[in-house]
Amino acid sequence: MDAIILQILNGLDKGSAYALIALGLTLIFGTLGVVNFAHGALFMIGAFCAVTLSRILTLSFETVDPTQTDFLGQPLKVKTTYIEAWFGPEFGGAMIDWAVPLAILFAIPIMIAVGFIMERGLIKHFYKRPHADQILVTFGLAIVLQEIIKAFYGANPIPTPAPAAFKGSFDFGVLLGFEANAIIYPYWRLVYFAFAAIIIGGVFAFLQFTTFGMVVRAGMADRETVGILGINIDKRFTIMFGLAAAVAGLAGVMYAPINSPNYHMGMDFLVLSFVVVVVGGMGSLPGAVAAGFLLGILESFASMNQVKSIFPGIDQIIIYLVAIIILLTRPRGLLGRKGVMED
Amino acid sequence: MLGLNNKDTLLLIIVAAITLLAPFILNPFPTQSAMAQFNAGYPDLMQRFVIFGIFAIGFNILFGLTGYLSFGHAAFLGVGSYSAVWMFKLLSMNVIPAILLAMLISGLFAVLIGFVSLRRSGIYFSILTLAFAQMSFNLAYSVLTPITNGETGLQLTLNDPRILGQVTTAEGSIPVTSLFGLEMRSTYEMIFGPWSFQFNAGYYLCAIIMLLSFYIAIRIFRSPFGMMLRAIKSNQTRMSYTGLNPRPYTLAAFVISGMYAGLAGGLMASMDPLAGAERMQWTASGEVVLMTILGGAGTLIGPILGAGFIKYFENIFSKINDNILHSWFAFMPDGFENALVAIVHPFVGKGWHLTLGILFMLVVVFLPGGLVEAGQRVAKLFRRRKSEKTSDESAQSKPAE
Repeated sequence: MDAIILQILNGLDKGSAYALIALGLTLIFGTLGVVNFAHGALFMIGAFCAVTLSRILTLSFETVDPTQTDFLGQPLKVKTTYIEAWFGPEFGGAMIDWAVPLAILFAIPIMIAVGFIMERGLIKHFYKRPHADQILVTFGLAIVLQEIIKAFYGANPIPTPAPAAFKGSFDFGVLLGFEANAIIYPYWRLVYFAFAAIIIGGVFAFLQFTTFGMVVRAGMADRETVGILGINIDKRFTIMFGLAAAVAGLAGVMYAPINSPNYHMGMDFLVLSFVVVVVGGMGSLPGAVAAGFLLGILESFASMNQVKSIFPGIDQIIIYLVAIIILLTRPRGLLGRKGVMED
Repeated sequence: MLGLNNKDTLLLIIVAAITLLAPFILNPFPTQSAMAQFNAGYPDLMQRFVIFGIFAIGFNILFGLTGYLSFGHAAFLGVGSYSAVWMFKLLSMNVIPAILLAMLISGLFAVLIGFVSLRRSGIYFSILTLAFAQMSFNLAYSVLTPITNGETGLQLTLNDPRILGQVTTAEGSIPVTSLFGLEMRSTYEMIFGPWSFQFNAGYYLCAIIMLLSFYIAIRIFRSPFGMMLRAIKSNQTRMSYTGLNPRPYTLAAFVISGMYAGLAGGLMASMDPLAGAERMQWTASGEVVLMTILGGAGTLIGPILGAGFIKYFENIFSKINDNILHSWFAFMPDGFENALVAIVHPFVGKGWHLTLGILFMLVVVFLPGGLVEAGQRVAKLFRRRKSEKTSDESAQSKPAE
């Protein structure tokens, strides 16, 4: 029992990442009708926003400290970060420590700007082109974006630690009455899950309870009629693209401590999130979220040793296997709407 | 000739001439000159040109004719490579059985995957093929290690059985791949003044096979079967209304293109008896999509052009380093020189993928028909000018009455 709960928990953080990326993909597909292969790159850019901010915060200058000497007997050079010099070691140190959560604030404007530029500069011209063309051009864009990141940050993963307050693990088992250390779970993953839940809830609330969201939903259902009513739906859809980019970026920011960012992390996630979107049903937001969590949890179950001893290698292929079965038995995916991408 | 009309015969002859004379054409610069780094006439690279050419021709039969975008074609290439290497391990070092087995096994795989994937079309088909390819890739890395040798990749060893051939050479090393005794790596070097041209047995085998597959592709394009495939692309519903079932045709196209990919994989293993799982990764599938689109999907010559273009620039661009850039821009004042080098630097060497990505985007945005469309536009421009001229002349010669 405790092993099962542990696997569910383990699946949650990966599932949250899948769900967030798939949510953004579905938003873009549902509003603009564009299949965005560059979405994984947006996730990666988000993760590198966290890296960038922690680098900016740790920019430092050297001073010579005459009271200390190094092993050669010369005065020791001490590195002090600007932040600590300006705000004092306590507040400055805390800022450096909390670089990843702070990067959320840093990443939102950047990701929205990236999303706007992408939509206005490139994707706008591809509304009327076939889906294959959209896939191809965004695939090219993804290559370009990841190569740019590689040129700046190199090819190696860059460790980006979580704040010290979230280091260590939470003994989840004790809460549920198991013995100590039966179910332990890193704090940061709990934070990630909570964060993902807030973002997903926020997006749904935005779409459901605001006038803007209502117009967007109307546009998703029938773009032409909304246009005839005199509403500039294109502008709103562009904003939705920025929002989707921000969601992917934030998913990346918070994922940086779980998995050190490297330039091809986006591609790795992209394939899986596409599978997630298709399993959930093209164009269905709840479907994308549900499928994200479902596949994340299934994946972690499949990596249990008991399961692996029955089906060797199942952990490597479970997601694809589920996708194939679902696509063949439920043509619209789990919660797909009628008439979206039907053949 | 050979059942082709004049235009296609001409195309085939041109392609044949270019591939057979490639050692000359790709080595236009003397070996010692500064431009020698643009030479591409060495066996390894030429082999890759034609092998990826075969791969792209096959992919084009599926994507170009039926419009089904498969994102998992590299799986067939990998399967072909593995089966060819197994043939070298078990039977003999002759390449013919290896290539035949590679085509057979990848064909079987294509039947299986195609049968399931072709139940859907559009993006669902892409995702299904992608899922199958990723499954094969992940399995080849993990559970199938006894067959695929996991991360190390499948290699020949000294204690392979090789029933029909020799187990080791006289010197006790692993024998090399050959075609009835003609070693694939044997190269004849012709020195002609400052130039040197290399003629490699393996390249010529690949080139002849590529010409054969190109010929078959032309025949498919011009056949009633090819017409059916085009009908599937333009309107599948209407096709079924006329009483034709599109499934067998798409499946046939899928299997044919899978066998082309297996052939390419088998040839790759024949040139260098190695097979690794990374050949099956989805980025490898993406590469053949890039080649086909860049050249021009649905055209005969496009995929070959695209494959050659990408492989050439991959090699040449990735070789250019800062020193070479400095020597190019040396005639300029120092400040300019450094600035130019700094600008160009991210696009060459290790960053050549960036150039490829940008080029690819430009092609998709401005030239949906690829390099072939570019050629046609240029040709049209010339023709229009000529016709304008002639019409002007005729206008002058016939004054209005």
